[in-house]
Amino acid sequence: MENNNGTIISLKDIVVEFDGERILKSINLDIKDKEFVTLLGPSGCGKTTTLRIIGGFLNADSGDVYFGGERINDVPPHKRNVNTVFQRYALFPHLNVYDNIAFGLKLKKMPANEIKTKVKEMLKLVNLEGYERRSITKLSGGQHQRVAIARALINQPKVLLLDEPLGALDLKLRKEMQVELKRIQQSLEITFIYVTHDQEEALTMSDTVVVMKDGNIMQVGTPVDIYNEPVNAFVADFIGESNIISGMMRRDFLVEFAGKEFECVDRGFDRNEIVDVVIRPEDIEIVPTIQGQLEGVVESVIFKGVHYEMVIDTLDFKWLVHSTKCEEVGTNVGMRVAPMDIHIMHKTTEE
Amino acid sequence: MKSKLAAAPYLIWMAVFTIVPLGLVFYYGLTDQDGNFSIDNLSRMGMYTNIFFRSIWLAVIATVVCLIIAYPLAFILSRMDTHKQGTMLLLVMLPMWMNFLLRTYAWMTLLETNGVINKILGFVGLGPFEMINTQGAIVLGMVYNYVPFMILPLYSVMTKIDNSVIEAAQDLGSNSRQVLMKVIIPLSKPGIMTGITMVFVPSVSTFIISRMLGGGSNMLIGDLIEQQILGTSYNLNLGASISIVLMIFIFMIMAVMNQFDDEEMEGMII
Repeated sequence: MENNNGTIISLKDIVVEFDGERILKSINLDIKDKEFVTLLGPSGCGKTTTLRIIGGFLNADSGDVYFGGERINDVPPHKRNVNTVFQRYALFPHLNVYDNIAFGLKLKKMPANEIKTKVKEMLKLVNLEGYERRSITKLSGGQHQRVAIARALINQPKVLLLDEPLGALDLKLRKEMQVELKRIQQSLEITFIYVTHDQEEALTMSDTVVVMKDGNIMQVGTPVDIYNEPVNAFVADFIGESNIISGMMRRDFLVEFAGKEFECVDRGFDRNEIVDVVIRPEDIEIVPTIQGQLEGVVESVIFKGVHYEMVIDTLDFKWLVHSTKCEEVGTNVGMRVAPMDIHIMHKTTEE
Repeated sequence: MKSKLAAAPYLIWMAVFTIVPLGLVFYYGLTDQDGNFSIDNLSRMGMYTNIFFRSIWLAVIATVVCLIIAYPLAFILSRMDTHKQGTMLLLVMLPMWMNFLLRTYAWMTLLETNGVINKILGFVGLGPFEMINTQGAIVLGMVYNYVPFMILPLYSVMTKIDNSVIEAAQDLGSNSRQVLMKVIIPLSKPGIMTGITMVFVPSVSTFIISRMLGGGSNMLIGDLIEQQILGTSYNLNLGASISIVLMIFIFMIMAVMNQFDDEEMEGMII
């Protein structure tokens, strides 16, 4: 069934249009077996559409979907070895917890006692033991979530699709469920394809993050790669906070921005190319003015718990800085950035 | 307290125009023409067994036909774009804005032996068929007049079935038939029950449709009752007795129906 390289799902040149508008603009994506993949992007970027293509609820206008090397464009949802946890759970209100979870197995005409054991196992997996006879209408949001996951997983799909499953939960419950989802994915060893617009969720849970924007894939990589080496200013800005400033590449390893020249670790740009320079707020070190590469005035300070978030004005740019040391508003400070923390990116020409 | 006060107009209305008349029906039904208590009229019911069976049978057929026509239509309607749904609903309701008698008269002229339909069929060398004054014509009249009462409750229940619930069923391995049997029908059951009641009850007690489209030989309970009250064989007490029996019949049928509908059906979308 599987390819040699362990790819389980492959999207080739997928194009989707609604009313003449291109929702997906030629998506190419390989998803490896047993991986936790997150499709991340702002709303309207096409991430849910991509998921629906894989689930079979939507047909691509052009392009192919492969599952374990087989083309499955024309396979209807009920014949795909894929199950979905829907955005608003979509549980069956006329069935109780047990019957909701057993739904898929009953369709397969599995013997009743086998179904019973499997449902028990699933309820244990999602921490809902003893809830069999509960009515769906009498569960909380987090419990709905767990039933939806159990209902999908009991069919032992090769791939589980999750469409913003934690969006409706409160922050604390969301954090709990993040850990739990990751635990379930690792213990069952199946592929999870997870759609979210929450970058923190994506970084916490994923093996691979796929960043999408306007129907295009911007970057595919591990959470660390995506965070540390964003390919463009959009990704940098979307994944965590960033200072993005226009600069000019003087030559390899030397960039000019904010009126100063800085050493950096990037190369391969045209001489004097206009580039985006991205610096994470936590990579800026505050030093006495004499030692600083840049000098500015502290404009505001916000206490954030583990760090202070400061805005430092250098007249041509307002820098966002995270530091554990607090500086008084109005003081002059210097700032330093290590060469490896200066990320140089080609200007994105579109939009 | 305030809410009780607000209910007062209806409570008074109900007392004067529902409970009192109902009491009168029972009074007349259980007395003879001299006002003495008697169940003679009730015991005469055996004479009308045929009419009772015919009425119930035709009403059942009409209800089933309505359900078969309305169910797919209501489902398709509920999945349409919202603005298209409005137009389609208007088309469903439109005939109801026209006078009931007029609509039924129109069918008379259509179905007559030398009516419009037979004339058209005559051009292609078919017929004439005997359509008016048959039980089929009565059922047609019932279906035509009452099908909106089936469509509307079904539609209003089905719009509440979230598309994602249907997708979830497919996702878990249901083909189209299984989606229908295991998800859509169970979730639309309240609408089915309401629709059946709203078509069956007026069908079983109609007298206009049967008189206009059924001719003299297809008398229904409604006609029988009308005859006792306004017609030739003036006998209020017998008319009231028949009404009581009809009411008991309807009540029993509804009680059986509700047996199927005893599960809790709160909250259509989760």
